[in-house]
Parts: sequence; structure tokens; C-alpha cells
Amino acid sequence: MASSSEELKFRDPGKARALTEALAREVEAIGRSPVSVMHVCGSHEQAIARFGLRAAFPRALDVIMGPGCPVCVTDTPEVDEAVALAAQGARVCTYGDMLRLPGTSKSLADAQADGGKVEVIYSVSQAVELAKQRPAEQVVFFASGFETTAVATAAVILAGVPENFSVLSSHKYVPAAMDVVSEMEETNIEGFIAAGHAATITGWGIFEPFARRTGAPVVVAGFEPLDVLAAVVELVRLVRLKRPEVMNCYPRCVSKEGNRPALEKLWKVFDVVGGNWRGIARVPRGNLDLKPEWDHLNARRRFRIDTAAVGGAERNVLAERCICGSIMSGLAKPSDCKLFGKECRPETPVGACMVSSEGACKIWHVYGGQPDLREVA
Amino acid sequence: MCLGVPGKVLSISEDGLSAQVDFFGVRRELRLDIVDEPVQPGDYVLNHVGFAIRRIPPGEVQETLALFDQILKEAAAGDLMAEDVRGEMAAGKEGGRG
Repeated sequence: MASSSEELKFRDPGKARALTEALAREVEAIGRSPVSVMHVCGSHEQAIARFGLRAAFPRALDVIMGPGCPVCVTDTPEVDEAVALAAQGARVCTYGDMLRLPGTSKSLADAQADGGKVEVIYSVSQAVELAKQRPAEQVVFFASGFETTAVATAAVILAGVPENFSVLSSHKYVPAAMDVVSEMEETNIEGFIAAGHAATITGWGIFEPFARRTGAPVVVAGFEPLDVLAAVVELVRLVRLKRPEVMNCYPRCVSKEGNRPALEKLWKVFDVVGGNWRGIARVPRGNLDLKPEWDHLNARRRFRIDTAAVGGAERNVLAERCICGSIMSGLAKPSDCKLFGKECRPETPVGACMVSSEGACKIWHVYGGQPDLREVA
Repeated sequence: MCLGVPGKVLSISEDGLSAQVDFFGVRRELRLDIVDEPVQPGDYVLNHVGFAIRRIPPGEVQETLALFDQILKEAAAGDLMAEDVRGEMAAGKEGGRG
């Protein structure tokens, strides 16, 4: 595997070398340490960790993963709602990453083990199919993901769903992930890398108000090792020049205005609302929930969800030691957590960041525990 | 889950609502509700959770395919990126014929 990943990493070795050198020059020209930038996408952390890109970053540069994993910021009471619905007899369908996400005392995997009807699906269409096949059951889609995924939920609703289908929305709103970090006084993030495929839907223009307001530049990046490296170079250059602009380094997938038909559907179905993000804060415009005209499809309106029945009165001592919130805010690294790789592992996650394939802790754990090779040795 | 996967459109359904798409040899049916531009057989689209979300400009297809091709070929068991890519491929409807 090492040889072939090197082959990819250095498919254009000259370009990789030139980018690495340009990055070193840019960071040096800023003349302080650390220069901290943040990306907000699990797939970017996967690319960085998988291809060992941190080894190519100068020591004075910190590239941190922020709250870019919608599963990880799904709050405990939201999981409790899904667990309670399964306990109340509904068939709960959800994307695979949500299965082991801890609620107050139970995850959906636990609910399934207790005999609850919990289905892992890859597409919301599969949940709609299940509802058609089982008209006597209530089928609830526990929806996770940013706008990219929420547009699919919106599309099935607009196309028409059976009466026994409803949505428990835990969809999150991308710009909020950057807002929440930039508003924390403890963090000092100087620029952001935005997720390329999410921006396919929203367009890169969505980041312009953020850059103007906060003074932090934003660069939209793809997922190839060289795409990521090139985006980091551009971002650090904008930081050095103190230019709070948005740059699109992924034009083959992203336009300024985004996917208009998809956005029209999204805003017909969803409103941006406030919500708590696990371990982080109350985020004023953090969540996407169904508009009032879709109340009849909103599981929170259709059912009396009794979360008290599945909520743990007992304290979870391990969870209290979890530092996922600090990790997602860029204040700590996965390897700073005392539970990392010990009590907290992918098969027995304590914190949300070890659950999802987009969580920083799971990514670091799978790709060797300490993918920042500059700190080894 | 924020990694879309590119595939080649083989055919479009009669009602125009879905397409048969080839993902590195795996054929799946994708919905076309939210794609940004009209698509035709031969076009490449980006798939996310069973929906085409973008028609990839023809000149840029090869660049987009290379990463995924490599990840699928080389990935060791348990590789997170490869699992996410395979998950996206599984999101299309199975067994369709176009």
C-alpha cells in the first residue's frame, strides 16, 4: 500500500515538490509560529492523514480539523430521540455512521440489540422504499449530514412520500461550522479550507460574507493530495497578504453560485434553526429542520417522543473525560485525549469523534494513531 | 459522507427521473432530482447518497476519476476513504437495467 499511495501522492512529483517549497516560503514569510488554519471536512482529514500530508507541512503550520463532521456534532438528545422512537416501535432508518453514536445511555446500535427496528441505509430513497413496503409501520428517517445530504432529503419529500414516512432531522449547516470556531476567543484560526463537494451544492459564494466579517480567508479545496496541498499554499498566501477573500481551488466541481436547482429544493423544505452541537456550543444557525409546512412529515411533531424513558440518569464517567469538543474546536488534538486508542476505540467509542469515518479521532486511529509524522521521533 | 463519487451515465429512464450509472464497473440507478444540468448518456456525474449532484465538465473527468480509481485499487481493508467511496456506490439502487 505504501508504494502505491506514494505513486498517487507523487503522480506529479515535480508539482508536489514545488508546492511543498512554496508552502515553506509562505509560512516563513509570515514569520511567526504557529500559523493555524482549519479545514471543516472529514474527507479532507482522511486525505491529509491517509497520504501523510502533514509530513510535508512546515513545523510552524498547524492544519487543524474543525467541526466538519456532521455526525460528530449531532447532540446527545438528538440520538436519544431516535433511540426513543425505536423503543416506541418505529422503524428508524439512518446512515451507517449514526449507528454507534452515543446517546445519553444508549446508541441506535444498542436500541437494535434491544430488539428495536433500526435500519442502516445508504440513501434516503431506501427509507422511502421501506415505508412503501411496510404501510402498517411508522418509518422514521433519522437524517444526518450537511447541505449536500440535506438536498437529497428535500428531494424525496418534494417528490412525495407515503403517509407512514417521517423525518427526524439532524441535518447541519456548513457555514455554522466555521462561524462557531471563529467566534471562540480561545482559538486563533487565521484561515479556513472549505469542503469541495459540499460547496458543489452551496457554491463558493456562500463563504464571502464570512470572510468579510471575520477577516479570515477561505479556500475551497478538492480531495486529491495535490489539491489539498495547493489549497493550503493559497490559503497561507492569503493569510500572509491579510486578504480576507474566498478562492476556489476546485473549479472542476464548484461554481460561485452552486447547484441552483438543488438549493431551490433545499430551501423549499428546510429552515436554518439554532441547535446545540455536541461538546461545542449552542449554535445560532447550526441546524436544518423542516419548515412548518412540512410539520406533518416532521417526526418531532408527529410523535410524542419520550426521551426520558431512554435517558440515563446515571452519570457516564468515561464520557465526562472525553475532549471531543476541544478537538473539534481546534484546541486539542486527538492524541491529547487520555482515552484515545485506550478506552475510546472505533469498536467501543466514548466520544462522537471516534464514531464516524469523518471524525478526527477515528481517522487518526485508523491511519496510525499519530498521523502528524513531524511529532514522531 | 462529504465525498461524492463520479460515475458514467449509461442511460436515462423514460420519465427522466433516474439514470443507470457505471461506477468503476458497478452499475447503479441514481436519481436525477437535484443534478445541476441536464445529463445524457456518456456524461459523468458526481453521486452523493444515491443522487447525482453535479454533471462533471467533460474536460475535467479524467482528473476527477484518477483519485477514486487509485483509492479503490490500492485500499487495504478498513481504509476509511475507500469505505466511504464504496458506501456512496452502494447508495444507488441495485439491479436496474437501462
